[in-house]
Amino acid sequence: MKISRRRSTAAAALAGATALTLIATGCASTGDADPAGSGSDGEITLTLATFNDFGYTDELLKQYEDENPGVTIVHNKAATSNDARDNFFTKLGAGSGLADVEAVEIDWFAEMMQYSDLLTDLSSDDVADRWVDWKTDAATDADGRLVAYGTDIGPEAVCYRSDLFEAAGLPTDRAEVAELLDGDWDRYFEVGQQYVDATGAAWFDSAGATYQGMINQVEFAYEQEDGTVIATENDEVKGIYEQVLEASATQSAHLGQWSDDWFAGLANGAFATMLCPGWMLGVISGNAPDVTGWDVANVFPGGGGNWGGSYLTVPAQGENTEAAAKFAAWLTAPEQQLAAFEAAGTFPSQVDAYESDTLLAATNPYFNDAPVGEILIERSQAIDVAPFKSVKYFPINDAMQKALTRVDSDKTHTIESSWEQFVADVSALG
Amino acid sequence: MTTTAPRPTRTVLSPPPAARPARSPRRIAFSHTLSRWDFKLSPYLYISPFFMLFAIVGLFPLVYTAWVSVHEWNLIGGQGDFVGFENFAFVLAQPQFWIALRNTFSIFLISAVPQVIAALLIAAVLDRNLRGKTFWRMGVLLPYVVAPVAVALIFSNMFGDQYGLINNMLGRLGLDPIGWHSEILPSHLAIATMVNFRWTGYTALILLAAMQAIPRDYYEAAMIDGAGIVRQFFSITIPQLRPTLIFVIVTSTIGGLQIFDEPRMYDQFGQGGASGQWMTITIYLYNLGWGQLNFGRAAAVAWLLFLIIVIVGLINLAITRSIASNDSPEKVLARSQRRAARKELAR
Repeated sequence: MKISRRRSTAAAALAGATALTLIATGCASTGDADPAGSGSDGEITLTLATFNDFGYTDELLKQYEDENPGVTIVHNKAATSNDARDNFFTKLGAGSGLADVEAVEIDWFAEMMQYSDLLTDLSSDDVADRWVDWKTDAATDADGRLVAYGTDIGPEAVCYRSDLFEAAGLPTDRAEVAELLDGDWDRYFEVGQQYVDATGAAWFDSAGATYQGMINQVEFAYEQEDGTVIATENDEVKGIYEQVLEASATQSAHLGQWSDDWFAGLANGAFATMLCPGWMLGVISGNAPDVTGWDVANVFPGGGGNWGGSYLTVPAQGENTEAAAKFAAWLTAPEQQLAAFEAAGTFPSQVDAYESDTLLAATNPYFNDAPVGEILIERSQAIDVAPFKSVKYFPINDAMQKALTRVDSDKTHTIESSWEQFVADVSALG
Repeated sequence: MTTTAPRPTRTVLSPPPAARPARSPRRIAFSHTLSRWDFKLSPYLYISPFFMLFAIVGLFPLVYTAWVSVHEWNLIGGQGDFVGFENFAFVLAQPQFWIALRNTFSIFLISAVPQVIAALLIAAVLDRNLRGKTFWRMGVLLPYVVAPVAVALIFSNMFGDQYGLINNMLGRLGLDPIGWHSEILPSHLAIATMVNFRWTGYTALILLAAMQAIPRDYYEAAMIDGAGIVRQFFSITIPQLRPTLIFVIVTSTIGGLQIFDEPRMYDQFGQGGASGQWMTITIYLYNLGWGQLNFGRAAAVAWLLFLIIVIVGLINLAITRSIASNDSPEKVLARSQRRAARKELAR
């Protein structure tokens, strides 16, 4: 195997083993900035690895350093959750190189839980009732070890363009919109059809994003509790798949979520509504800063739903797991999470935070001064199903998203032929 | 010069026979032995760092990948049971693998062929006496300096399906938009454009360097004989570039079959499209190894890719050799003659 003069990345991927070695050695230096780890006089350096924006500001970390003399914090941020996932699994497998405290996203959380024995048991009485139940349950492995502390959750609401609603003759006030959309998904698509008939424009952004909101309300979508894959035989999954694609034919803007077109559509009013987890508010205001019409309504079709959210873990391979666990417990305490919410809008998963004035009084000027704190608290209380996500959840959902894209944005397949492809893809995961 | 030429040098070079007995036989000193070793071994020692490095970062991973490919192997769980060629059988039975193979060759052909031709023409133009030579030469290299990710960002703006620059312009002209991300051939064209944008200048500079090494007398002679620029290009430049062209074609084949950055950056997921429209073999490998955490199968794909590159490389070599073998017979003769003359001199 010649290492070609060009495309070194490709060559690295080709030589899987090389890549592994390279990553493990190449990045280890960032993992432990202080090679000694702990000095003779109790000086220790703790590394914290997060992605996107967790809202952990330098001031917040400085506060911990001041309260705990002898501790130095080094904060490494990955750009995206995907980068963090690749890095996490590669180094978890290699057995070294991970930070003392590693952030993990819910999407690949189940995959990580397979290897929960490589993580430190964090359970203690101090934190027993800190989080909403389903957040804690997901982080507890079969042996009853709590291996991760919850940071934020993504309670979903509906974001809408009040200016487009007005043009279509729909109510614009967020309380009236909440009333208008109150009900199940049939109701959401029914109002959508009214909007489409009135304007000829699209009602929602993409089939994939809408499907995500719907599937997050199904407890056993792709796998049974024993891990048996039922994705392709589950009538509920196929029903949602067909429902969303039938509605998409007329109501979707056919924009693949997170694509360049999607971001462009966000800014130029290509669609009137979209599903909005708490962290999505920041995505919208950040990518469509000049649009004034976005608003958020305290409603979600079919009840409540959660989309995304993260955890902090302490890998057992670290040198200072005890100090790291203490640090992770401090970071995920309600007070610190509220500070993070103020900095980055990450909605707390900690029960006590919901009574705090900071959260209750929080408004968002971009969304027409919507009381986002109050709305998201109510949306989080409406969550009644925690979807069961086992080992295969992530790859199956990935195959499903592709199936939706083939019909919605690519238009290369029919609903039926794309489903057949999905069935083949799932069986190939074997 | 002919082969039947006499060897007049012999008598001149041989020392006078009478002088020989006068010398007493000398014992060969150790320093002499050392210098003989030096003479024989040093060259190998000097080039050994490359081979040692290659053994570590090239040969070892190659062998290790083969070892991984015959086992069940999880990215985190590590080595599992020995499964023989099951991973290979599984991969070869997947329609996705064959789609990836088709895409790889299609993108490779769409990018490599126009690239070499364009580079050849650009180099020929740069080889003329232009004003501001260095400016133009550096100019063609500029795209090469731009990071691939930046290239992908710029081009994904152009190749957007609904709000892309190109589709907007097509719309103004009253034409239907092209599904850059949904149809197979347009997506290959878009990716090939990115590859060519980056590599054409680089290839052109290599060819330019080779062109500058062509003796100018050939062109002068051709000009006196009345050959035009086009005739000169085809009868002098291209034949003289042959070794460099072989190098360029072989390296672009290896690079083209391993293409990864551009298709990975082409959409937001980096998995080669919803129905694998632009999923190349390296992307498929990445999906298996890092998406599904199945290292065994990924390693099997890596080995299959290696074999494919070797086969294509051999075909390449055979074709370029057959082109190269129409060297003039006189030249071959002259070379063997030169060798004979050198032997004579050494005697």
